Amino acid sequence: MATTTAAPLDARAEAKAAKKAAKKKEPKPSFSQRWLDRQGWSRRIPLLPALVFIIILTQIPFLATLVISFMNWNANYPQDIAFGTLNNYVQVFTDAALRSSVFFTIVLTVTVVIVSLLLNRSFFGRGIVRTFMITPFLIVPVAAALLWKHAIYNPVYGLLNGILTWLGGPQPDWITDFPRLAIEVQLIWYWTPFMTLILLAGLQSRPGDVLEAANVDGANAWQTFTNITMPHMRRYLELGGLLGSIYVVQTFDSVFVMTAGSLGTANLPYTVYETLYSAQDYGLASAQGVVVVIFSIAIATFLLRTVSTLFEES
Amino acid sequence: MTTALAPTPTKTAQQRRRSSNRARSLGSRSGNTIAGIAAWAIGILFVFPVFYMILTSLHSEVNASTNPPSFFAPLTLQGYKEFFGASSGASPWPPLINSATASIISTILVIVLAIPAAYALSVKPITKWTDAMFFFLSTKMLPAVAGLLPLYIFAKYLGLLDNINYLLILYTAMNLPIAVWMMRSFLADIPVELFEAAAVDGAGLIRTLRSIIVPIISPGIAATALICFIFAWNELLLANTLTSVIAGTAPVFLTSFVTSQGLFLAKVCAAATVVSLPVIIAGFAAQDKLVQGLSLGAVK
Repeated sequence: MATTTAAPLDARAEAKAAKKAAKKKEPKPSFSQRWLDRQGWSRRIPLLPALVFIIILTQIPFLATLVISFMNWNANYPQDIAFGTLNNYVQVFTDAALRSSVFFTIVLTVTVVIVSLLLNRSFFGRGIVRTFMITPFLIVPVAAALLWKHAIYNPVYGLLNGILTWLGGPQPDWITDFPRLAIEVQLIWYWTPFMTLILLAGLQSRPGDVLEAANVDGANAWQTFTNITMPHMRRYLELGGLLGSIYVVQTFDSVFVMTAGSLGTANLPYTVYETLYSAQDYGLASAQGVVVVIFSIAIATFLLRTVSTLFEES
Repeated sequence: MTTALAPTPTKTAQQRRRSSNRARSLGSRSGNTIAGIAAWAIGILFVFPVFYMILTSLHSEVNASTNPPSFFAPLTLQGYKEFFGASSGASPWPPLINSATASIISTILVIVLAIPAAYALSVKPITKWTDAMFFFLSTKMLPAVAGLLPLYIFAKYLGLLDNINYLLILYTAMNLPIAVWMMRSFLADIPVELFEAAAVDGAGLIRTLRSIIVPIISPGIAATALICFIFAWNELLLANTLTSVIAGTAPVFLTSFVTSQGLFLAKVCAAATVVSLPVIIAGFAAQDKLVQGLSLGAVK
């Protein structure tokens, strides 16, 4: 991976440096000039409502979370509120249950994303099959989790054990015996359609003239696949994997419905919810929230790079 | 980054579409039967739980919970009657109405805020418009739990807990980045000449938006609205934390089915079907644009 990406990265860095040099030559208007520029404001005004709205509702709450994460604040002990403690972070990283939730968040994200990507080897699905594949994604997540919990995994009357009865197999209690796997399978079922859609869009945007030229030159299906399709699809695979990770890291509904965080299935968002709602430990909940954000930022950094290359092409 | 991003002329877009059509026909020629069968098998595997959900919702409770399952049992609407409160008395209508209120109003707000923003990012772009675009994108990557606690405390002290208006404002913020990205990609497809002609005729911003932009991108607006509607309708974490009895949404109502209550499988499946129905309709209506919304406009 490192060797293959090194070359384009260098090229990109060079291009950036060149652009910077070009920028430096132009005289840059001073801050006050830009501030008083009426034309600039007529351009900016349509953007402002959306920008101000989003800053107030996403950035400020996050800053507050950051501040509270360094506070000793439990709603059950209002007289002990104090600022300036690292205890919450110490607790996040020493609590075994929390460590397990970090671990499960990683396992969940990685398995769901990788299996969902692998299931998309059937690139040839069209029309009805494509519609079939999209359908799971159009079930409300809570409803999907309920469906799997009661109608599919239930040990007495669930579909899986019903099929096993026909085959004369055992009757396991799926959620109790394999809690993590049960949630993973449900999420794979839910997220595969999303990957399919992204990869399908990638396949359909393959350059037609290049494929035609390969056909004229007598390239066989395998050669076309390795030399044209795969290089073209790599970015779409990256995009699907990274976007999937962003969404799966935030999974809350499935854990809440299927196990309520028991049996070692509490992931980070669920743990934050529980700390906030049941334990009322605001300081600790914030520290956990910050940890989730750090995870997301790590993924997002890669995602932004992929998105910006796709963006520059269009 | 700042120079290479002029709106794409429509001619190349057309060419691209034509060549991708050719690519598709080439691909299907090389596709073989085994792959076709595999695709059908996987497709059926994925759709089957949904089919089973709808089938079970139409069975009686006794037939729904047999082992092995009785697929060919007589159909009945009893499960739906139970869901709408035939014997328990708990009506799902208030949560459904709350969900509709939150989803529809937040979607309208999102569109109203996103169109001018997209205009300022593509037609007459501000100088650092790519930075603004990526700022919107980065807020989408901030997980909901990042701001959950301050939003909860804020609501608690101002008496906004269990208030549908508070929830719908948060849904607006949640969906705004997606809408801005999608809207920008639609606006960038409009030929520049149209705006020049409008400027020559003396049309101002409002007039240009009303008479040129909105009519041309109305299919795009519809797709964006459907996607924002789906996300708002599906949301559970914020709704479950910030609402309870009065302003609880449909997903919050569904959580009352988490613990099993005797024979209730048909009722659960009916509930899941009814609550998912708006999303299924919106999703199939927006099918072509779904991926564009989910990938924040990165994939067209």
